[in-house]
Amino acid sequence: MTPVIYKQSNLKRSVLLMMTWIVFGVIFLAPLSVILIEGLSKGLGFFWHTFANPVALSALKLTLFATLLSVILNVIFGVMAAWCITKYDFVGKNLLTTLIDLPFSISPIIVGLIYTLLYGSQSILYPFLMEYNLQVIYAVPGIVLATIFVTFPFVARSLISLMQEQGNTEEEAARLLGANGWQIFWHVTFPNIRWALLHGVVMCTARAMGEFGAVSIISGHIEGLTNTLPLQIEILYNEYNATAAFSISIILLIMAMIILFIRQWCERRITNAHSEAGQ
Amino acid sequence: MKPYQPKIWKILAAILLITPLYLQTSIAKTVTLLNVSYDPTRAFYHAYNQAFAQYWKEKTGDHVVVYESHGPSGKQARSVIDGMQGDVVTLALSGDIDALNKYKQLIDPKWQSKLPYHSSPYYSTIVFLVRKGNPKNIHDWGDLIKPGVQILTPNPKTSGVARWNFLAAWAYALEKYGSEAKAYDFVKQLYQHAPILDTGARSSSLSFIQRGLGDVLISWENEAYMALNESKPGEFELITPSVSILAEPPVAVVDSVVDRKGTRVVAEGYLNYLYSDVGQTLAAQYYYRPSNPKIAEEYKDKFHTLKLIPIDKVFKGWKEINNKFFKDNKIFDRIMSEINR
Repeated sequence: MTPVIYKQSNLKRSVLLMMTWIVFGVIFLAPLSVILIEGLSKGLGFFWHTFANPVALSALKLTLFATLLSVILNVIFGVMAAWCITKYDFVGKNLLTTLIDLPFSISPIIVGLIYTLLYGSQSILYPFLMEYNLQVIYAVPGIVLATIFVTFPFVARSLISLMQEQGNTEEEAARLLGANGWQIFWHVTFPNIRWALLHGVVMCTARAMGEFGAVSIISGHIEGLTNTLPLQIEILYNEYNATAAFSISIILLIMAMIILFIRQWCERRITNAHSEAGQ
Repeated sequence: MKPYQPKIWKILAAILLITPLYLQTSIAKTVTLLNVSYDPTRAFYHAYNQAFAQYWKEKTGDHVVVYESHGPSGKQARSVIDGMQGDVVTLALSGDIDALNKYKQLIDPKWQSKLPYHSSPYYSTIVFLVRKGNPKNIHDWGDLIKPGVQILTPNPKTSGVARWNFLAAWAYALEKYGSEAKAYDFVKQLYQHAPILDTGARSSSLSFIQRGLGDVLISWENEAYMALNESKPGEFELITPSVSILAEPPVAVVDSVVDRKGTRVVAEGYLNYLYSDVGQTLAAQYYYRPSNPKIAEEYKDKFHTLKLIPIDKVFKGWKEINNKFFKDNKIFDRIMSEINR
């Protein structure tokens, strides 16, 4: 490599780097700083006051609750689905694998409308639900269902690729040594997939906290009952209360940042696990 | 390899056991009502619900919590049809309450005769909001179709106020030019001056106030006042036209819901209290014109006088109006397709 070419590529590199930073600044940094500046523009007292409000607190509670529940259920179903797909052969396996990804490609408004049709008053299930006083849409269960739907692929996706890569040899060895199904899962499979599982959980959490579209249709916007944080932000903004809207955005932003750092940490653990396995 | 204890299952089991308890507590033990309303009433009902809870506690000893849901009027009606358990609906127009019986009978078809003043405890009208100093010199409906004027009004398909806006413009043109064909032309020209049609009254206001779109916002009188109060003094001006529509946003108890939940007495008490002096005074304070003449007299300086045309005089009720103007392929759709052509 001649010094001239080296110099040229160095120039190219710094131009590219500069352009990346400009785009990054315009698209990410500027909006993020606007949120911080706007949200804190009336001081910390106002910021705190926004959260002392029972309506905001209930929105925070509902968001955490829906996130927690959908993460737990997605872990259970995601692990089962990944286990099923990678350890067994059956008819329709490809179809199932494709269907798991469906929520990624379906528009949230369709998800909302599907649940409205399925559990709303036009549904054949409705008389039955009403008899047992089970309100699904315009209530907490509908919000949880919609959140699970849109976040379903995350856990299964992050497990399937890893488990396919790892293959079945360790499990087969355990089987030959006399382990039963649970023992195989807890002592062999689980230790291998736990970081990927955590990675899936983190992605699922991030998406669940921020979900707006599907939940917005299911929720009915009942203050103090079915408003999640993202919906509350929209309402506050519509009520000419932009500062409060941005204050709540800051909380969501902080939660997202924490999630992001956990994700980075998981990914490092996964790479470490990979390189250990390679040695 | 370390043996892995399945502790996580215990945690999961604990959470799954606690979850139903949480769901239980979110349904409070006291009497709860759900008021399904439209966007601009939020501030008013926040205040009214507290007043009502206090009144009801003094009267019956029961603790009542009123939850509110707000959105564009037509969309809110749709949610109740789809199963939102609103004990009462307080929507922008009676057509939206009539719509509740579209598939199943959710409400007594004679609901509107059950409360005084056609079940409208307050009324309002349609006015204009313009920018500081009224640069486009807007004073009446005729000024809205001058070259270079951009108006903001929401989409009548989803928004209640948008239908009132449409009818107000139509009624003005009908009175001024005397024929339906001329009214059609006027309204068509009006919509040619609308760069966007938002989904609801509130999104239209936000487009005008926060996004700086348009020269004139056509909106509810109470919404216009609220926007004035929320913005810097002098930034906007309220213009009352010579003629406008008498807009009566009605209220009703949703029979199918209250009978199932057993909340009829409270729900009826809630709506009746809107007609009390307390309810009427609160309405006036939040820029709704009170239906009770006594309270209206007290607050008469707060509202401009103008000629208000009741819809029954020009049109024949909401059913006719919707069939003639707003259903698919009717006058509004025709106007929009002619404009887009």
